[in-house]
Amino acid sequence: MIGDSVPQGDNEAAAREVASGPVIHIRNLRKEYTSVAGVIPVLHGLNIEVMPSEFVAIMGASGSGKSTLMNILGCLDIATSGSYLLNGHDVAVLDRDTLAHLRNDLIGFVFQGFNLLPRASLLDNVALPLVYSKVSREEREARANEMLGKVGLAKYRDSQPNQISGGQQQRVAIARALVNRPQLLLADEPTGNLDSHTGNEIMNLFKELNERDGITIVLITHEVEVAAYAHRLVRLADGHIVYDGSSHEGAMSKNPTEYSAAVHSTS
Amino acid sequence: MIGAMLNEAWVSMWANRLRTILTMLGMVIGVSAVIIMQAVGQGAQQEVQESIESMGSNLLMVLPGSSTSGGGVRMGAGALSTLTTNDAEAIEELPTVAGAAPSVSDVAQVIYGARNWSTQITGTTPSYFSVRNWDFAAGAPFTDTDLRSVTRVAILGKTVVDNLFGDENPVGKIIRIKNSPYVVLGVLSAKGQSLMGRDQDDAILIPITTVQRKLASNQVAGSVRFIMVQVKSAEAMPKAEQDIVDLLRQRHRIREGAENDFTVRNLTAMANTAAETTAVMSLMLGIIASISLLVGGIGIMNIMLVSVTERTREIGIRMAIGARSRDILLQFLLEAIIISIFGCLIGVILGIGGALAASGMTGIRVVITISSILLAFTVAAAVGVFFGWYPARQAARLRPIDALRFQ
Ligand SMILES: Nc1ncnc2c1ncn2[C@@H]1O[C@H](COP(=O)(O)OP(=O)(O)O)[C@@H](O)[C@H]1O
Ligand SMILES: [Mg+2]
Repeated sequence: MIGDSVPQGDNEAAAREVASGPVIHIRNLRKEYTSVAGVIPVLHGLNIEVMPSEFVAIMGASGSGKSTLMNILGCLDIATSGSYLLNGHDVAVLDRDTLAHLRNDLIGFVFQGFNLLPRASLLDNVALPLVYSKVSREEREARANEMLGKVGLAKYRDSQPNQISGGQQQRVAIARALVNRPQLLLADEPTGNLDSHTGNEIMNLFKELNERDGITIVLITHEVEVAAYAHRLVRLADGHIVYDGSSHEGAMSKNPTEYSAAVHSTS
Repeated sequence: MIGAMLNEAWVSMWANRLRTILTMLGMVIGVSAVIIMQAVGQGAQQEVQESIESMGSNLLMVLPGSSTSGGGVRMGAGALSTLTTNDAEAIEELPTVAGAAPSVSDVAQVIYGARNWSTQITGTTPSYFSVRNWDFAAGAPFTDTDLRSVTRVAILGKTVVDNLFGDENPVGKIIRIKNSPYVVLGVLSAKGQSLMGRDQDDAILIPITTVQRKLASNQVAGSVRFIMVQVKSAEAMPKAEQDIVDLLRQRHRIREGAENDFTVRNLTAMANTAAETTAVMSLMLGIIASISLLVGGIGIMNIMLVSVTERTREIGIRMAIGARSRDILLQFLLEAIIISIFGCLIGVILGIGGALAASGMTGIRVVITISSILLAFTVAAAVGVFFGWYPARQAARLRPIDALRFQ
């Protein structure tokens, strides 16, 4: 079931390599879902480039295709057509195991619903990606501990997710996303389930990660205040990019007529 | 990696303790059933085997009376027996025959000192010991001289010795049978139960002439109960049988077309039939028990499938953070294997306990062999892998996004 035809070692090493080019480069990306009702086109030929250390916010109405795009960027799903180059490498030619390795090693994913394992301690949750990258038990614990400390939850290491608040759970999820030192952090409405105060805490954490550690961040939000933390804003409407530019200077307007000519120039 | 996975398997099994235990129960019952059935089956087989070995090999038994109607032996009315010591001697002369021992028997009270014991007294010839392949634990058999001079000598079986003498050495001692003194010449080695379940060691053997002339008052002179014949080889059995029939028909002057007044039985063939019957029974028990093991395995598969469905989201999360298909496969397979191995361990313990308890309560023989335990173990582990594989593969084949979206 797992194609071994691709020399995965090489691909992987190449993908991991810190490229001077874009981290994310999608061209004419389309996604269709096939359901009983027929084929539903969701993304209609997107072109985006994200350079290393960029901080990008994606906004758009519910159903505009943000999560669909994010899942493709996170190698959880595959596009129907078009290309997605991750660090300059076409993910379409990679096999399941290599994709798993990239998710483990290169990408950190934060979900709106936290997605922690309910029966595992916070420490075990944070250490889980390291289990799959075959890090020794001692090192797993040490690094998970350190990460929990960074998000301010070191003293809850043995608690279970249901014993802490939503904001704390999201911080654990971020710690988990970061524990394997990813180059790219993807977050799908990370503050969607949090109050604005906790949301701000999380966003400050993101900002720090971006500014201090140079981690590339792409996050989805529908809150203008959250998007303001990013440098760049991409606005989606019905599967089209309707704005791609600075997250300041009136770009915060939801008016889709501000369709930027810059979008076409990226291709 | 494996350590972390074992830990996770444990956590998930512990979180669903009741379900885990019930799943295990299927395995426990299956494995203990296999062990108990094997123990009983092998016990029965061993018992039959020992009886066959104790019987002697290549044996024919000549009985008085015809066997034509319904297979049963009909004794000629009035005549106690149509067979005589002379018939036995004549049979012994046949080229295919190694030995022929006539035998008469009677139950009598035996006394030694203050102790007495009621046992079967068998009169026979020295051939008997070789025909029955019966060794001596002490002393020696009586001889043809004893036979001719009708001496009062006796050979004792192990059970008789135990009951009359205890630890004392019986050789040379004098016992009283029906109030007459007999000198003990020898003691036979233990033979155990016969195919019919009789204690073969509960016997006293004395010269047949002594029984005929001194012990049994009501017997026709020279007549015997049966003649035990040992044939020289297994291949010669059919020939020997025919030779004996021809010889006896001639000796008894039976006209052409008339019924035999005796019956020849192939004891070895009967024993083999008995052995085959027990082997088949043992196999049937094994099959029935294996079915319960199979049911246990299906139980594991069922629960694992439920578990995979229930944990689809969890699988999605794991995949999203880097679990490969084979990590997921291994995780679920490990759980199935742990359940079956633990179930098997408990099953082995319960099975051994159950077999011993059954044997203790009913007295049936059970044989627990390492090989039967190993077999149960291997089968259980195989069942775990086999029935755990499909659900585990279902889990491993999920696409990350589908698993994550699963509600
Ligand atoms: N698995 C799916 N099958 C069919 N349609 C889907 C599936 N996932 C999403 N969609 C549809 O695709 C569109 C975009 O969904 P999504 O990417 O989740 O939007 P957003 O995250 O911007 O709210 C929606 O109309 C949704 O109904
Ligand atoms: Mg969404």
